[in-house]
Amino acid sequence: MALEDRVVAGDHFMLGDHACAEGALAAGLDFYAGYPITPSTEIMEHLAERLPMVGGTFVQMEDEIGSVAAIIGASAAGARVMTATSGPGFSLMMENIGLAAMIEVPIVIVDVMRASPSTGLPTSVGQSDLLQARWGSHGDYAVIAYCPASPQECFDLTIAAFNAADQYRVPTFVLMDEIVGHMTERVFVPQADAIPRVNRKRPSVPPGSPDFLPYKADEDLVPPMAHAGEGYRVHMTGLTHDERGYPSLTAQTHEKLINRLVDKVRLNADRIVRYELVQTDDAEVVVVALGCTSRSARRAVALARMQGIRAGMLRPMTMWPFPQTVLKELANNGIVKRFVVPEINLGQMCREVQRHTALPVIRLNHPGGAMITPDQIVEALAQ
Amino acid sequence: MSIGEVVVESHPSDTLLRADRLPHILCAGCGIGSVIHTYVDAIAASGIPLDQHVCVSGIGCSGRAAGYVNVDSYHTTHGRAIPFALGIATYRPDLHVTVISGDGDLTAIGGNHFIHAARRSVGLLVLCINNFNYGMTGGQAGPTTPMSAKSRTTPHGCWERPFNLPFLTQSLGASYVARWTVLHVRQLRTALLRAMNKEGFRFIEILSPCPTGFGRPNNIGDGLSEMQNYLRRCEVNNNIDLHKVDIDLTHKDSPIYVGDFVDVDRPSFRPHIAHHATAQ
Repeated sequence: MALEDRVVAGDHFMLGDHACAEGALAAGLDFYAGYPITPSTEIMEHLAERLPMVGGTFVQMEDEIGSVAAIIGASAAGARVMTATSGPGFSLMMENIGLAAMIEVPIVIVDVMRASPSTGLPTSVGQSDLLQARWGSHGDYAVIAYCPASPQECFDLTIAAFNAADQYRVPTFVLMDEIVGHMTERVFVPQADAIPRVNRKRPSVPPGSPDFLPYKADEDLVPPMAHAGEGYRVHMTGLTHDERGYPSLTAQTHEKLINRLVDKVRLNADRIVRYELVQTDDAEVVVVALGCTSRSARRAVALARMQGIRAGMLRPMTMWPFPQTVLKELANNGIVKRFVVPEINLGQMCREVQRHTALPVIRLNHPGGAMITPDQIVEALAQ
Repeated sequence: MSIGEVVVESHPSDTLLRADRLPHILCAGCGIGSVIHTYVDAIAASGIPLDQHVCVSGIGCSGRAAGYVNVDSYHTTHGRAIPFALGIATYRPDLHVTVISGDGDLTAIGGNHFIHAARRSVGLLVLCINNFNYGMTGGQAGPTTPMSAKSRTTPHGCWERPFNLPFLTQSLGASYVARWTVLHVRQLRTALLRAMNKEGFRFIEILSPCPTGFGRPNNIGDGLSEMQNYLRRCEVNNNIDLHKVDIDLTHKDSPIYVGDFVDVDRPSFRPHIAHHATAQ
């Protein structure tokens, strides 16, 4: 199928969840496996309609564990893959997220966050999966997580997620929230040839070459990837493994492997990180907010400025890696006096902000089910 | 001759196995090695190029199978070999994907995926090496542990009814169902060859000795004794009603039925093609 069939170029009035699905199609999604869950189901339903029509494969699985396992398998066979879920399903996926990180198979998982824990408020907004996304599977590993704040960014950042997953061979998330997922706004879809595409690195030697080691990394710490059925006869295992991919159950192999898995994101963080700065040049108080909360914060900054408060905003578009370099620059620029962190959880991103500054950090929290209003944020900015 | 002495320089199966990973980790008397060797023997005889075979395993002793075969091979998470393999087989229907895993991995923690893959007729060959216990963790009971059998977690005997796996998979619509033991390597090889060249969900239960985890607490003796037990008790019956093939260890004279039980035509799950057919 031509890329043009996948990319519906032009201006649309589009649901955030549908924009995410369209972004995945534009990014070259080949294989989707999923399980219905509010408030992400519209992504799945949209792809059930659209993906087979452009030559892709759509599978409804028996649960979220099967969904993530299936996309890892399809990606190991060369497919660009995605699944979408919400908190309860995201929890079920955690073990296999660790597998994808360990065997370095690129996957994209969309988590449309709802008020949690447990079943929580299934149809209402939450932003409380931020730390789970980073630390949810056991052990040390690295992930990349994008946080769109509009349907347009659902489209754009889903494409970015596919490219980052392939470039770094790490589990990559699109952490939407229910408000953004269920919001309908203008979405501009560019022409097919304007969709950015970064492919995974492929072996430079032919199958059977004794020089091919499936887990020998290049200077960027990422190894080229051979797929099932190409003749390379790869072995992939969640056990600690050497450059051949063979289990090697020693502390030395483990140290080398796990450090590389973490470092390939840590040392490339400045290339991966995305953020937006709003009126921070002279800001004395900077609000750090993402997703739907950043929309309230943007309004709050404007309202505060009308009251004579020199306010600005840092909006992380990647939660992981966190934009810590720019945060530190703001914290050390001699103008910023404090930060305000509104978020629809009880202080998850706040912890991350506090880690990078000694300035006062004011929390503004709601556990979920409602947005934080601009007035509440203005009040915190005025403190 | 001492242990570890090189007797021959090469073996006919060296190119089919990851010989550089041998010796394997399995116990003396374990039957998993026989399954792996019969599998690669069938691969060689299948006429299907080696590079079109893919082997996927879960976790456990049998889950280590993928690590020893010289094809694209994936050692995944506990219970998730089947959905992982579904991803490969559905995206690349030209590949011949075999899942080799244990009874606990496939039917306890992975039971949900097992029944749904069979129901969907996913194009997979699933080899369930049934040694009646969790061997890797030291011999605990699982959903195939026979009534009254002792294990580390059933020290007073197992009083849960075990799965009858051939009956289960037949009811789910598998296109091929067989049960053999590692004693029956020739019958197993024939079954593997037949199953490799079929569509749909194909299932072979392979009873295998586990002298360390199952034989010892149940006074079966070593691996050879368990094989002799199979020799004495197994009864080939290809046409038996599968609700009668429960494995009963409490009555020493009751037969263990083996055979090629089900062989029907059922196309493999092809979501892409199905969608296209209806979209036109």
